[in-house]
Amino acid sequence: MDKENTIVINGNRLNFVRGETILDVAMKNNIEIPTLCHLKGTTPTGKCGVCVVQVADKDELVTACSTQAEDGMTILTESSSVVTSRKQTIQKMLSIGNHNCAVRASSKENWTQYQLKVHQEDNSPELCPAWGDCRLQDLAYRYQVTGGGYANVKALYPMEMANPFIIRDFSRCILCGRCVKACNEVQVNNAIEFGYDGEKQKIIARDDKPLKDSDCVFCGECVQACPVGALVPKDSRFERPWEMQKVRSTCSYCGVGCQINFHVKDNRVIKITGPDDAPPNYGRLCVKGRFGFDFIHSKDRLTTPLIKENGKFRDASWDEALDLTARRLSEIKKQHGADSIGVLTSARVTNEDNYAAMKFTRAVLKTNNIDHCARL
Amino acid sequence: MTNTIGDVEDAEVILVTGSNTTENHPVLSSFIKRAVKFKNAKLIVVDPRRIKLTEFAHLWLRPKLGTDVAWLNGLMHVIIAEDLHDKAFIENRTTDFEKLKSMVEKFTPDYVKQITGIPEARIIEAARLYAGARAGAILYCMGITQHTTGTDNVKSLANLAMLCGNLGIAGGGVNPLRGQNNVQGACDMGGLPNVFSGYRPVTDATVRKEMEGAWGVSDLPEKPGLTVTKMVPMAHTGEIKALYIIGENPMVSDADLNHAEKSLSHLDFLVVQDIFMTETGMMADVVLPSACFAEKDGTFSNTERRVQRVRKAVDAPKDAWNDWRITSEIAKRMGYPMNYKSSQEIFEEIARLTPSYAGISYERIERQGLYWPCPTQDHPGTPILHTQEFTRGKGMFHAIDYIPPAEKTDDEYPLYLTTGRVLYHYHTGTMTRRTEGLNERAPESFVEISAEDAKRFGVEDESMITVASRRGEINVRAKVSKMVEEGTVFIPFHYAEAAANKLTHAALDPVSNIPEYKVCAIRLSRAA
Repeated sequence: MDKENTIVINGNRLNFVRGETILDVAMKNNIEIPTLCHLKGTTPTGKCGVCVVQVADKDELVTACSTQAEDGMTILTESSSVVTSRKQTIQKMLSIGNHNCAVRASSKENWTQYQLKVHQEDNSPELCPAWGDCRLQDLAYRYQVTGGGYANVKALYPMEMANPFIIRDFSRCILCGRCVKACNEVQVNNAIEFGYDGEKQKIIARDDKPLKDSDCVFCGECVQACPVGALVPKDSRFERPWEMQKVRSTCSYCGVGCQINFHVKDNRVIKITGPDDAPPNYGRLCVKGRFGFDFIHSKDRLTTPLIKENGKFRDASWDEALDLTARRLSEIKKQHGADSIGVLTSARVTNEDNYAAMKFTRAVLKTNNIDHCARL
Repeated sequence: MTNTIGDVEDAEVILVTGSNTTENHPVLSSFIKRAVKFKNAKLIVVDPRRIKLTEFAHLWLRPKLGTDVAWLNGLMHVIIAEDLHDKAFIENRTTDFEKLKSMVEKFTPDYVKQITGIPEARIIEAARLYAGARAGAILYCMGITQHTTGTDNVKSLANLAMLCGNLGIAGGGVNPLRGQNNVQGACDMGGLPNVFSGYRPVTDATVRKEMEGAWGVSDLPEKPGLTVTKMVPMAHTGEIKALYIIGENPMVSDADLNHAEKSLSHLDFLVVQDIFMTETGMMADVVLPSACFAEKDGTFSNTERRVQRVRKAVDAPKDAWNDWRITSEIAKRMGYPMNYKSSQEIFEEIARLTPSYAGISYERIERQGLYWPCPTQDHPGTPILHTQEFTRGKGMFHAIDYIPPAEKTDDEYPLYLTTGRVLYHYHTGTMTRRTEGLNERAPESFVEISAEDAKRFGVEDESMITVASRRGEINVRAKVSKMVEEGTVFIPFHYAEAAANKLTHAALDPVSNIPEYKVCAIRLSRAA
């Protein structure tokens, strides 16, 4: 082991490369340091303070995400001072917003009043939309922190619903800045930033305009990055994660081939997200890929074969439609030759579908008149 | 793409041309923007429109429509004149450099400026920037290909990349961005008139024999077939009697739609297989309902040649079937059994008969896709093409002269029209226009027009105007915008009710048969 470059975390002597942070080294060695504001692949800010660790011979705790490992450091990730600090951090975050999940429900004297206030501000009787899928809730539970003892302050900024895709609920925002990183460093759309100071701080689009009037392109990367219920997809916000099944697939819009997760419930696609660890997109999606899937369950879908008679379509059985198609193609082939028939296969369907169409054209119709919309 | 999407972040210089990447390939554009913002890459954008990416560019060249060969030859003129070309690469990996050299000789910055409108200094600067890079990536899209000189444009990009030794290396390459999810796969699978799967020519008797053996048939046709852009007009002349159209909507996506409509109406028999009733489906004799991507298992091959899994998440509605099942049933009823039980069984046949896919299986791509060529089960796939040699051995320079677009403006049709997509919609809109939120963001078609032209033709912002070409006319809302330059307007082609392709010109590139969607002449008037 290279003696020049070692640190000790919780008693484990570990190698590191210069430039790596304490968090990098811990993650590489499967030592968990809880994080909240840290967003993989972006520059660390150390803003939330959840990832604090204790370094021997240092008076103050340091944030693991933004502190570079130095040779000879001895680090404790769950010492009592670390845990105390984390609890305070979490409690403060819980106390400033409408976190009406179980963990916030400890203040006995005004519990009802608090829930009613939140329901009113949410305009919904549901619990927080991030319930069960919330990093803050997880951390609060893990460190047994409650948000009790704080006054019920009316949310400073109203919820923004004025766009088709994303709800911005400032009452649940913990100002961790992950959305800002996602927008500026991952997708580089540069649409949102921190605005105002002190208690009035808020994540804003330029000039504090609603997203719909800003540079936002609704890629939804911020929604995926939000660790709490501050940014949620409009249509599926009250769907609970444990009721949905994830199915990994490939997006069907442009040629980038982004990997997607369908979230499915009762045979319906409820939402689409990007799996963080999968190339080529590493979790990134665009507005079409993330939000443009209504068509799957559209009432306009063709559901039965149609045959045109006297200029009008009528429903037909598969046997009827397939027999007619096979008969007419055979007749035309016989009468006018194979090259009087053409097949347009599709850049929209699978390789398997394309191969079947190609084989059919060449081996059955016996023509090479096959092409698709690559040129169009 | 010769290189991969991730590889873009390794480029020192990125040249993007004919691609409105942030709207058409948004996720890929994030790689370009990240390279510029965090990795010090220099971005050159060459595009007639003031697209979003120009805000990230170090250099923006704004050529007149359809003048790509001229500016590309101009760049190469400067590179050779200033002795910036990669002599070792040219010597070892290419042929016909002298032919290129004598062709580009006349393309001085001054001459190029006269054709393209790009100032001389910009041409020189771009040439130095691209040639000076350790690795320079070229990314292009339909703004390059959809011209009567589309093939010339692509060859010129290849010339430029070879001239600077930018092929076969990380961060380099000539990278077409595929506009549809599985264009790459449809081509790979032989959905083309001249090749079987894996680009093996139908004219090759050995290949035909192998396919005949594998498929248990005889007499596979040896004469290459017709491209879509020939089939449709030949329906008009009666040489094509029947069309079987799968998952396409040429009645919105074809150039010169009025003519296309007449052509399709001449057919004796039209079968359309789709997930929705489309403008094309309306003209069919039989319409067959198919399952959409969320309802089927299979694979797509993306723009970087990565073969990836598609998985069934939900059931197809009622009686909609997988496309391959429908096709197989028609085959069976025409006397040829195609009894596939699953998409995996078809993929195994593809791998057996397609050398570049031979090493790929569903098991291998369960977690992560593989790049073809992947010839054997233990081959890791090929992220970067042409590292040792080109497909034909040495890369050939093509001496290409500039040819102007097919249609010119005149007194009657004084403006140029170019077409494309917007962020919120996709192609003919059959999917995206059924998503409420996307429609809310981009509800209707529009024509982008410069303030100068708006003034000249008395067009008010937001007013409805009639746009007419020699082939048809549509009514759209005017959007006075800085996106376009004086003399040119832009209309997206998604909207069937104001189909831009009623206006476009069906003049074809002689090699690829691609229509010149990106240039035609039009006139404007107030809508009645």
